Amino acid sequence: MAYGEKVLDHYENPRNVGKFDHNELDIGTGMVGAPACGDVMRLQIKVNDAGVIEDAVFKTYGCGSAIASSSLLTEWVKGKTLDEAKAIKNTQLAEELALPPVKIHCSVLAEDAINAAVEDYRKKHA
Amino acid sequence: MNEKTNKPIYLDYSATTPIDERVVTEMIKYMGPEGVFGNPASRSHAYGWTAEKAVEQARQQIADLVGADSREIIFTSGATESDNLAIKGSAHFNKKRGQHIITCKTEHKAVLDSCRQLEREGYEVTYLDPEENGLVDLEKLKAAMRDDTTLVSIMHVNNEIGVIQDIEAIGNACRERKIIFHVDAAQSAGKIPMNLENLPVDLMSFSAHKIYGPKGMGALYVQRKPRVRLEAQMHGGGHERGMRSGTLATHQIVGMGEAFRIAREEMATENERLITLRNRLWDGLKDMEEVYINGDIEQRVAGNLNISFNYVEGESLLMALKDLAISSGSACTSASLEPSYVLRALGRNDELAHSSIRFSMGRYTTNEDIDTTIAHVRAAVEKLRDLSPLWDMYKDGVDISSIEWAAH
Amino acid sequence: MAIYLDHNATTPLHEKVLEAMLPYMGGTSGNPSSLHRFGRLQRHAIDQAREQIAELMDAQASQVVFTSGGTEANNLMLKGLCKDNAVQRIAVSEIEHSSLLQPAAVVADEGCAVDSIAVDQQGQVTPEALINAIKDDTSLVSVMAANNETGALQDIEKLAEEARARGIWFHTDAAQVAGKMELSFKQAGVHAMTLSAHKLYGPMGAGALIVDKQLPMHSILQGGSQEFGLRAGTENVPTIVGFGMAAELARQTMVQRADQARVLRDQLEKRLMQLGVVTVFAQQVQRLPNTLQFGVQGFDGETLLMELDRRGFAVSSGSACTSGKSEPSHVLKAMAVPDELATSAIRVSLGRSNSMAEIDLFVEAVQQIIGIQNSAVMTSANL
Repeated sequence: MAYGEKVLDHYENPRNVGKFDHNELDIGTGMVGAPACGDVMRLQIKVNDAGVIEDAVFKTYGCGSAIASSSLLTEWVKGKTLDEAKAIKNTQLAEELALPPVKIHCSVLAEDAINAAVEDYRKKHA
Repeated sequence: MNEKTNKPIYLDYSATTPIDERVVTEMIKYMGPEGVFGNPASRSHAYGWTAEKAVEQARQQIADLVGADSREIIFTSGATESDNLAIKGSAHFNKKRGQHIITCKTEHKAVLDSCRQLEREGYEVTYLDPEENGLVDLEKLKAAMRDDTTLVSIMHVNNEIGVIQDIEAIGNACRERKIIFHVDAAQSAGKIPMNLENLPVDLMSFSAHKIYGPKGMGALYVQRKPRVRLEAQMHGGGHERGMRSGTLATHQIVGMGEAFRIAREEMATENERLITLRNRLWDGLKDMEEVYINGDIEQRVAGNLNISFNYVEGESLLMALKDLAISSGSACTSASLEPSYVLRALGRNDELAHSSIRFSMGRYTTNEDIDTTIAHVRAAVEKLRDLSPLWDMYKDGVDISSIEWAAH
Repeated sequence: MAIYLDHNATTPLHEKVLEAMLPYMGGTSGNPSSLHRFGRLQRHAIDQAREQIAELMDAQASQVVFTSGGTEANNLMLKGLCKDNAVQRIAVSEIEHSSLLQPAAVVADEGCAVDSIAVDQQGQVTPEALINAIKDDTSLVSVMAANNETGALQDIEKLAEEARARGIWFHTDAAQVAGKMELSFKQAGVHAMTLSAHKLYGPMGAGALIVDKQLPMHSILQGGSQEFGLRAGTENVPTIVGFGMAAELARQTMVQRADQARVLRDQLEKRLMQLGVVTVFAQQVQRLPNTLQFGVQGFDGETLLMELDRRGFAVSSGSACTSGKSEPSHVLKAMAVPDELATSAIRVSLGRSNSMAEIDLFVEAVQQIIGIQNSAVMTSANL
């Protein structure tokens, strides 16, 4: 399978790889996927008092497109409000990375991950 | 990369092998206007006779490697066709005697899909689970045999995990019950010595391109004494004793013959070398955390090593190892995203099944290739584990199987 | 070696085809289904060959399904459509190649009704004959584009039109026409077409079925999803590459090849007719430019073949795939040629390498053989 240039770039040089302590109050964690399906994505956001995402990190077990989708997403959500981050659609990721049809589910997973992370943060502050 | 050729290091000999130069030399003699180009079926002139002679010589070379009579060798377009002919041909011929077939879940797709076709036609098929080491349990096989079982099909060497089945014991069990025994030997011919004169095998499939011969060429061994009968699957001019019609591709057949001749001469020394290479590869990787060999390590063909790198996903590993030509499982299924069905059948969990890599070494693999491979693999696995949330959890002592994963 | 006049049995590989194949035989290897670079290069080569064949036959590349040869393509077409009794009735012409007639007999055994389409004395299927053979429940007809023995051409476009007008699928075995004469898959309006590489200076072991994707075709080989799911098995890459190159060369030089063959064939026909005892089969109709099948009244074909071989000419009586049998050919029988004449049949099929000088030598040889046998017959009569 031939990968697009942007996928390769994110795969070779993944941005914002890392881990925050999920117990901290300013951290929201989203873990989606399943080993059985061949991909697990963990996306974490650090949110400041103004409700803006200051930092984001990820780790992904999955194919190159899944890694690239989550890597790109961490770049996009930084500086966004929670609502703005939630508004990011998988189609935008897929388009930016030029994902082939069989890899669209990777971008869907990334969208699920940011939604889950925002939900996790909001639950802590409810 | 191989530094001399600037090409990826080829470790995918189980998918296909390069054609040996000596084979190419023989094939070219039967190609082009200067070559012997007649149709072997032409009976009225020397062009045809010369081609036919070459075909018969190749038939003998193939028979010699496996201890068969040349009249027991039927040419086909490849192991896939041989498997189709053996399974459907024998099931159809014996339809009145019974309509039950036994095979194993780890067989090649050509066998499994032929069996599925028979199921659509009303046959019943038992798909045996292999043991954890990939081998078929003889007692379980015997227990599955019924009075209406007409065929057992078990491969000699598995294409993904390289394990060698005890075809002699299985064959004897089949003989006792008067059941026809088919063996897919695409991955074993030329790698494991065998003598069909003494082996209780009725039908055996061969492929040329797995042992340095041309693609698009195979053969089926059909035992003569006692005679095994088949219903043809390809109909036409009645070539190959009526069992397989179609013009015989002389140069292809000559290539297969030469490949089998070379294999017979060099098998013993080549196997020794391949075992050394395989040990070198495993020695370079085995001290890593959470790596597992798939399939029995003793009952295993020389050139194969199949390893799961736990907590690393196979496709991303292949991508990281783009300077190596390797595969995650069989080439015939690797275009799909499914984990290897062979590893699943062994009872491997999802993570391990998703993280397997098959290294298959062959005639042109060098020590340097192996050393480069070790370095690449170690670096890639380390990088991907740093990226893997599962690896984090493993390191934190979390039991991944205890987590309820949302299906998606 | 003898002068080769048996190009309808097989053709020598074109030197440029060999050249195109060699890189895929040595050096580069890889299974086209593998994802790594080696595999991808092989996949690309297959796709290119598919384009070349599509261009020669004026079809879409996605309609070209590679097989191990013409026999398999014919088997796939018939059994793939008739699988699981999906088709109730088919009709095939009497003069088809055995690789079509035999699978037809198999589907007949499995319960499909198989009707025969008659040919006239010139070996042609007339539209009337086709219509006569069609019943209410006929779903498929198959008529070869050119006969391998007589070379007689069929009006495929017209016949396919009749079939289409009745909602019937039309298949044509074009193994002998492809590369010898212009034939357009699209223009002819057929649903499926069989090709063979080694009949057009390509390698043995490759063929194709060009197939309209609307046909409910099923694979007859199980074990992989290669060739759009219609043909399992690792692709024979060098051979497919050779087939593609042969198609490309044929497209470029077809007209020239045909003209060259026609001049020789017409001269051969004229000279043989002058011998007086020779009958040319299908003489009144359009034939392949390279083919001439004739009978010699009062002579045994086997003896003729043997004598010609002794004098250095490689010819055949008809199809290589049924040679070895001494019965009259089913094609000539269908044309109502008397057995005695049919068993004397000799087929000359010309190719790129043949020359006018070879034609002259051949005619001289025939003349000699006829002369000797005539006097032998007379001598024994005198005794």
